[in-house]
Amino acid sequence: MSGKDRILGRIRRALPDGPSPDGPSTEIPRDYLHAHGVRTPAERVDLLAAHLTEYRAVVHRADGEELPALLTRLLAERGARSVLVPPGLPPQWLPAEGPTRVPDRETSTPYELDRVDSVVTGCALAVAETGTIVLDGGPDQGRRRITLIPDHHICVIRVPDQVVDSVPQALPLLDPTRPLTWISGPSATSDIELDRVEGVHGPRRLDVILLAAAPGTQ
Amino acid sequence: MSGTYLGMPPFPAAAREAVRDEVLRGNLRRATHTIRDKRARAVAELADWDRLRAAGKAVKDHTLRHLDHYLLQLEEAVTAAGGTVHWAADADEANRIVTELVRATGEREVVKVKSMATQEIGLNEALEAAGIAAYETDLAELIVQLGHDRPSHILVPAIHRNRAEIRDIFRAEMGDWGRPAPASLGDDPRELAEAARLHLREKFLRAKVAVSGANFMVAETGTMVVLESEGNGRMCLTLPETLISVVGIEKVVPTFRDLEIFLQTLPRSSTAERMNPYTTMWTGVTDGDGPAAFHLVLLDNGRTDTLADETGRQALRCIRCSACLNVCPVYERAGGHAYGSVYPGPIGAILSPQLRGTGSEIDASLPYASTLCGACYEVCPVAIDIPEVLVHLRERVAQGGPVTRDGIRVTLRPADGHTAERAAMRAARLLLDHPGALRAGERLLARARRLAPRRLPGAGRAWTDSRELPTVAAQSFRDWWARERSTPR
Ligand code: SF4
Repeated sequence: MSGKDRILGRIRRALPDGPSPDGPSTEIPRDYLHAHGVRTPAERVDLLAAHLTEYRAVVHRADGEELPALLTRLLAERGARSVLVPPGLPPQWLPAEGPTRVPDRETSTPYELDRVDSVVTGCALAVAETGTIVLDGGPDQGRRRITLIPDHHICVIRVPDQVVDSVPQALPLLDPTRPLTWISGPSATSDIELDRVEGVHGPRRLDVILLAAAPGTQ
Repeated sequence: MSGTYLGMPPFPAAAREAVRDEVLRGNLRRATHTIRDKRARAVAELADWDRLRAAGKAVKDHTLRHLDHYLLQLEEAVTAAGGTVHWAADADEANRIVTELVRATGEREVVKVKSMATQEIGLNEALEAAGIAAYETDLAELIVQLGHDRPSHILVPAIHRNRAEIRDIFRAEMGDWGRPAPASLGDDPRELAEAARLHLREKFLRAKVAVSGANFMVAETGTMVVLESEGNGRMCLTLPETLISVVGIEKVVPTFRDLEIFLQTLPRSSTAERMNPYTTMWTGVTDGDGPAAFHLVLLDNGRTDTLADETGRQALRCIRCSACLNVCPVYERAGGHAYGSVYPGPIGAILSPQLRGTGSEIDASLPYASTLCGACYEVCPVAIDIPEVLVHLRERVAQGGPVTRDGIRVTLRPADGHTAERAAMRAARLLLDHPGALRAGERLLARARRLAPRRLPGAGRAWTDSRELPTVAAQSFRDWWARERSTPR
């Protein structure tokens, strides 16, 4: 008998009085809250910023006109000579001059990515209550590994549109068939005497830019 | 269950040894109290915690009632998304499947994400026997592996080691496995983490095969979910060409939406964070992003036997948050190693004897490794009534009765009266020799008094059946002990 038949047989014998399978989980009490509090869009963005900061991400605010200068400064502060760029990153975000742009290519090896200094991406959405950014591999985010191997990640969130209050609000907006990466603060460990240390394997620095529409544009 | 630590002394003996170890006890006390206090604050932030807890319990119970249905749905979804599903009835079968999968890639080494399921089945040892090196990449697991040691906590497996010990281990061992630690390595956690980063990065970048577990599997979509902090998980889950995930069958949840419950309760219960730094979700394989081959090994290994026990099956709701360890007065004193299994603490005391049966002396004594104070039940995010299961298992040890082993209904003979009593008394002595543990237990017991009438008589029966002992229900444990001790034995 195959392992599968054996396991399924054991389950059925273990549940002799189990009702017939009825698919969706209809009997679950879902009276928990959809969000913890009522917020204006601005309050939601402020809460996101506060929670990201608490988990040691560095938060900045800019509008579309200020963005290239801010990116230039953040990259320069890290001494970045090269920056990974997903294919769909809006070209006007990055300054014309600056670190060498490295495109996100399927053929590049992990070793090549390890030599890149920084990466700039957008995101799918952000969750204010938990201080979380979610990436779904969209054109402005690229493959999962590009936000993992370089030591510095700059993530741009369009506010307030891409910000939701809570985890229950986030899930219905995400497509589970895409690879999803939820990021709450930079990589961290508390394995040594529970002292928190940032960055063991993922980027040690996470800059988050809250991008508002420039005045006069939409 | 081959993950049993062979030659392991039963709980009371191991615990007595552990409580003598001052370093271990100091580390444990500080660590568990720190996490415990932070957790309480994180939980208090959510006004609907009780409702989330009830919903989490309901999702898990519902899934267990329809486990065959959801596993088949999961298999279909994973397969449709380009993955391959394997079924392993026991540890040997799982180890064989993984070994063959690795062999088929032609590789001789794998990187691993911390996973209790693979520890439970002894996968690293099985791979080693087949000539395949398995590298643990979680920092704590690395410390454990390099230290030729065993994990002692679900969440922070090296909690029993302090920074100086870790520095010594890194200095002595890293060179044998790859990039050595710098000769000047100090004991600052930052320096130690950096040494681990460099040592492991070498392995991540060249690895072709990774082995992981998963926190959740979604039947509806075939989505796998791994929560972590360091990024070693993301490295293993996305860089290699082949990914093999070994996951207990109880980890399935019906819908993608169900994750909204556990993504709120798991991080707060385990690391006391609103959300852990990284969560990875993947569904089968994605063109050009991540592994080109994905294998899911569904593991039974005693889970269906546990399912067959109507009282005991609630242990399968466990989401391995480790909150119950951090509040347990017995765990705090005894440490994780004393439980003789990969599952320490209160959850280990009910899970191990169910997964493995109560045939060995250690498994027979585990249900007694508790004050029945109820603190574990109060913190559990899926409301597992651990004291209820402990008492149930005590009765089984003492009185025997019907159980399911390897899918077959058998009747367990009552343990030799003397054996059952000895297990109880030894576990009790551990507590009573350490009044701090007992006081904590009693204090909490007062709060959980509503649980008592149902439980203590059951617990008492284990003793009174074999000898004329007073029942313990009417008096405090300590009073009883004081009298018991003054009686010449
Ligand atoms: S039994 Fe409950 S508290 Fe303990 S690890 Fe499992 S889920 Fe967490």
